[in-house]
Amino acid sequence: MNEGIVAFIRSLAGSLRDLTPIILVIGFFQVVVLQQPLPEFGRVFLGTGLVVLGLTFFTYGLEMGLFPLGESLAFNFAAKGNLAWLLAFAFALGFGTTVAEPALIAVAEEAAEVAAHGGIVSNEPEALERYADNLRYTVALAVGLAIVLGVYRIIRGWAIHWFIISGYVLVVLMTAFAPRSIIGIAYDSGGVTTSTITVPLVTALGVGLASSIEGRNPMVEGFGLIAFASLTPMLFVMGFGMVMHA
Amino acid sequence: MTETLGKLAYTVGATLWDVLPIAAILLAFQFAVLRRPLPDPKRILWGFGFVLLGLALFLEGLELALFPLGRSMALQLTDPDFLSEAVGPAGPEHHWSHYYWVYLFGAAIGFATTVAEPALIAVALKAEEVSGGAIGAFGLRIAVALGVAIGIALGTWRIVTGYPLYWFIIAGYIVVVMQTLFAPRIIVPLAYDSGGVTTSTVTVPMVTALGLGLATHIPDRDPLLDGFGLIAFASLFPMMTVMAYAQLSQWFARRKPS
Repeated sequence: MNEGIVAFIRSLAGSLRDLTPIILVIGFFQVVVLQQPLPEFGRVFLGTGLVVLGLTFFTYGLEMGLFPLGESLAFNFAAKGNLAWLLAFAFALGFGTTVAEPALIAVAEEAAEVAAHGGIVSNEPEALERYADNLRYTVALAVGLAIVLGVYRIIRGWAIHWFIISGYVLVVLMTAFAPRSIIGIAYDSGGVTTSTITVPLVTALGVGLASSIEGRNPMVEGFGLIAFASLTPMLFVMGFGMVMHA
Repeated sequence: MTETLGKLAYTVGATLWDVLPIAAILLAFQFAVLRRPLPDPKRILWGFGFVLLGLALFLEGLELALFPLGRSMALQLTDPDFLSEAVGPAGPEHHWSHYYWVYLFGAAIGFATTVAEPALIAVALKAEEVSGGAIGAFGLRIAVALGVAIGIALGTWRIVTGYPLYWFIIAGYIVVVMQTLFAPRIIVPLAYDSGGVTTSTVTVPMVTALGLGLATHIPDRDPLLDGFGLIAFASLFPMMTVMAYAQLSQWFARRKPS
């Protein structure tokens, strides 16, 4: 039990260390650059306490729940040896975690406004909503396919850089043809798709798969799923723009 | 206090709602397809609970203490009134160099939020475990945070100057591809991954406010069009810094007399 308490305190200290830079930056800019008083001390103190506690719980639960879960799923799928089910799972995981991602919902709504602004869709709530929903499903589809491709790459042991480099070439080519108003959204959509719960699960899945297949190095083949999930949305959103804005 | 508790309960509920699809997919495959018992399901459930609670506390605390300040700061720093006070009155348009506090704030806040990013902590822990300690979790996170800092500073500068986004992205891709050819093979997938994980819970809200503030205050910028792109910058540069980190460590290791 004592060990548990020591581990918890060490973990708290780690969270505090991780948070110090934000506090310093905000404090410095508030007092020195903008020359304004610090707001109510109690509020900031309480908030910072919650953040530190939250980060500690998160890291704790990660090692206890999400990592073992992702790994055991990977081992069980490898043991079952059914590729179709594994790929179906990969797609469901990518699509399902992305379609409800709050950051993506926010970006899709902004994108609908941009489209209305440019006169691509009418400025009515229904048209905006339809546009935003379509965009969201497009990105979720892109992430689902990305995880499928990424998992298949792990199984075959293909080198990742060929995929990423050809992805970049495609992004550059499509940038030349995509409508200008979609490019910024497309580039950003790559970054917002991967949420804080998805990342540990997907990482554990990739590493678990690579370690349970003989001849795969978990460091070389296990990572890379997130990279796929960040690349395909750019392509799909630009494609979406080319279709919708044409 | 009661208000905070009420909000906290709401955030826990909202986080649960976000996680529902993930939980449904995991359960469906676990019970319908795999039909194998999980090792220690109770522990995993507890862990899941801790992750949810932790994330909710984390978000609520940020919303209480840091986000409002950070957001208003981003707006104030980009305000022409502040600029005139800092560098003296200018004509209708400020020179790009007048925005130095914005670049500095962008770099500092990009670095600071990335160090606290939970998703990055997860990947870094895994990388340390898998590499048997050859890649340190903290070193990796610092490398990624430096990348985000460079990315945001450059991205804000781009919004101020108005150069097209794709120039930077394409140039960045060329650098990443060149580095891929020379970097140690073991770091490449991890470096590619670190681009995607940097921008989530903490970084996105802060950075979005900065982009929006800049695009609103600078003449001839459309917040709807020019406010985008900072996240893309923040995802691109960590790939370079992580590969550079591995290249430097390799170089130093080689120089060391054996």
